Amino acid sequence: MSYSNSSWKVDFLKRANEAGITVEQIHNGPASLWQIVGSDWQRFAELALQQNLRWAAGWAEQHQEWFLINACFEREGRYVLLRTRVHNPKPELPSQATVYPAASRSERHTQDMFGLNFVGHPDNRPWTRHKAWPKNSYPLRKDFPVQGEPEAVTPPDKDYPFVKAYGAGVYEIPVGPVHAGIIEPGHFRFQAVGETILNLEERLGYVHKGIEKIAEGRTPEQLARLAGRVSGDTTVGHCWAACMAMEQAADLSIPPRAALIRGILAERERVANHLGDMGAICNDVGFAFAQMQFTRLRELWLRCNAQLFGHRLLMDRIVPGGVACDVSGQAGIAIKRGIAQLKVELREILPALDLNSSLEDRLYTAGFLSEDTAAAFGALGFVGRASGQDFDVRRDAPYAPYDRLTVKVPVETQGDIASRFWVRHKEINVALKLIGEFIDLLPPGDLRSDWKMPAAGREGLGIVEGWRGEIITYVRFDAGNTIARFYPRDPSLLNWPVLEKLVLDNIVPDFPVCNKSVNGSYSGNDL
Amino acid sequence: MLRLFKKILTTGVVTEPAKAPRDEELEQLGIEIKKHIDRKFAGSIAIREVDAGSCNGCELEIHALNNPFHDIERFGIHFVASPRHADVLLVTGPVSRHMQTALLRTYEATPNPKWVIAAGDCAACGGEFGVSYACCGAVSNVIPVDMAIPGCPPTPLALMQGLLGLMRSQK
Repeated sequence: MSYSNSSWKVDFLKRANEAGITVEQIHNGPASLWQIVGSDWQRFAELALQQNLRWAAGWAEQHQEWFLINACFEREGRYVLLRTRVHNPKPELPSQATVYPAASRSERHTQDMFGLNFVGHPDNRPWTRHKAWPKNSYPLRKDFPVQGEPEAVTPPDKDYPFVKAYGAGVYEIPVGPVHAGIIEPGHFRFQAVGETILNLEERLGYVHKGIEKIAEGRTPEQLARLAGRVSGDTTVGHCWAACMAMEQAADLSIPPRAALIRGILAERERVANHLGDMGAICNDVGFAFAQMQFTRLRELWLRCNAQLFGHRLLMDRIVPGGVACDVSGQAGIAIKRGIAQLKVELREILPALDLNSSLEDRLYTAGFLSEDTAAAFGALGFVGRASGQDFDVRRDAPYAPYDRLTVKVPVETQGDIASRFWVRHKEINVALKLIGEFIDLLPPGDLRSDWKMPAAGREGLGIVEGWRGEIITYVRFDAGNTIARFYPRDPSLLNWPVLEKLVLDNIVPDFPVCNKSVNGSYSGNDL
Repeated sequence: MLRLFKKILTTGVVTEPAKAPRDEELEQLGIEIKKHIDRKFAGSIAIREVDAGSCNGCELEIHALNNPFHDIERFGIHFVASPRHADVLLVTGPVSRHMQTALLRTYEATPNPKWVIAAGDCAACGGEFGVSYACCGAVSNVIPVDMAIPGCPPTPLALMQGLLGLMRSQK
């Protein structure tokens, strides 16, 4: 495979040159690797924004006395991995968050984990760090032991300086970390007047499990297992992205049959989650009929997973080099039968919802996210696509098996909860079609390629469309087939901040349904 | 509205095994759970679920206990919004250190007598994450645990089996 700079990259490099930013082109892979000096870090971002590049991900890694800082940009499905180096002991870099709000929490995470100072960052409060480790120690530095030096009981992070609001009738509602439902923990701080939300601030990080740290030193198989638990509802998506990154580093191609089965697994995961969400959205406005119907359909779908793939949520089915499960001819028929049955059911249920005025009252116009806000924060997946962000990795930067067929991407501009509901429905239809096509394309052949040990220092970037949207996973290998660095960027990292925006001027009792319509992963965000 | 009623009527009761005797095991289990619950808690048991660092996989399966197939409420087992209303804490995850105090406070807020179930491999033994600067590992490292339900994640059936096991160990 050969890669060349597409037109916008050529033009962009010319403009960078004119602006006095020296870009060293390291290589043109699936993502071009460009290196610049640290002092140009922010100016590059300014030019990137001007040229309509989307900020997609950011992370750092340590190499002895140096830190490598990476930022990933995208436009028209072409990615650029921007890199710079800064020297210890006082590592600092001009912030890109001043230019891209999407970069804000990512930079705060890097500050907490590496002690890198992003100069001029608009919000220098800690993000991932609560009280599990002291202020001036940084878990992802190489001299930080994986066990750390934790206290017997980690105290609560009670001094976090939340934004305050003052005025007659303004009051504050703290929610969480332990919520009323069966959901993940996180803290929400509302400022409200009457029932109207003036401001919402999210405080996440409660489920920080040190995933990046405990990934170090793992074998490829062990990393795939860990990646499958970054966010349990996206086990296929994250496992695929991690395996894709490792396979890229190892220069390994997977058998066509394995790629198609990965596609089937990923689309099945998408359908299962969308079914669950559609029911839960209706449940949050007290419409139990839909909740019961959709949880029933989801259960049938998961039972089919268990029967045909051996796991209800499809954990550990994707492995480095291929897949750990097969789809026999008989299984293919069973899957298609399940799809036909689901389509019939949806055709009966959805008109009943569409025509229900009480449901309409609650879902239309509530939780509105404008196209501009969605673009500014780089909203991904169905959240972005319900607000005019016409992007899908499967179509715009296709990878096997999606490069073999056409992926239709439903996009709406309505931007409310109803839109996020109906985009999910459309995505189910697309996924069902894709699964059928993948089954038809299945060639005989191997399920797994033999693993090739990558040389020390080899790196890979896995980019896939998980059910929540684009997942970007970075992997670097150490000597002896072990992992030196693993960073999974869940789409939730970019979608959580838009929740703070779309609830404004809604009523507090509508927060649960607004939240469910976005359904960010806490675990995938906190890592 | 007519479509809605039509769908409800044509769907019927899917709760197992009233219509589908294949999952007989499930019903057997549920009935036995109810017998034990009757003895201890006069027919009802209130569960507060606490995610203490789970990847959300366990939560998805705990949710499934409430779908029409499993309908765990028919056995008198229901999930409540506050630990102050709970008899049982169902805890998932390798207890992230950032959740440690919250879990301890939730435990304190639960009135006696109370039981703690550690659900899933992470809660049972630390799972894929274990003990680190960020995680305490098994729930039993933080609060007393009466029962662990293994699985990654445990299936709804395993969760029901676990509840039964807890009741038995309390005899």
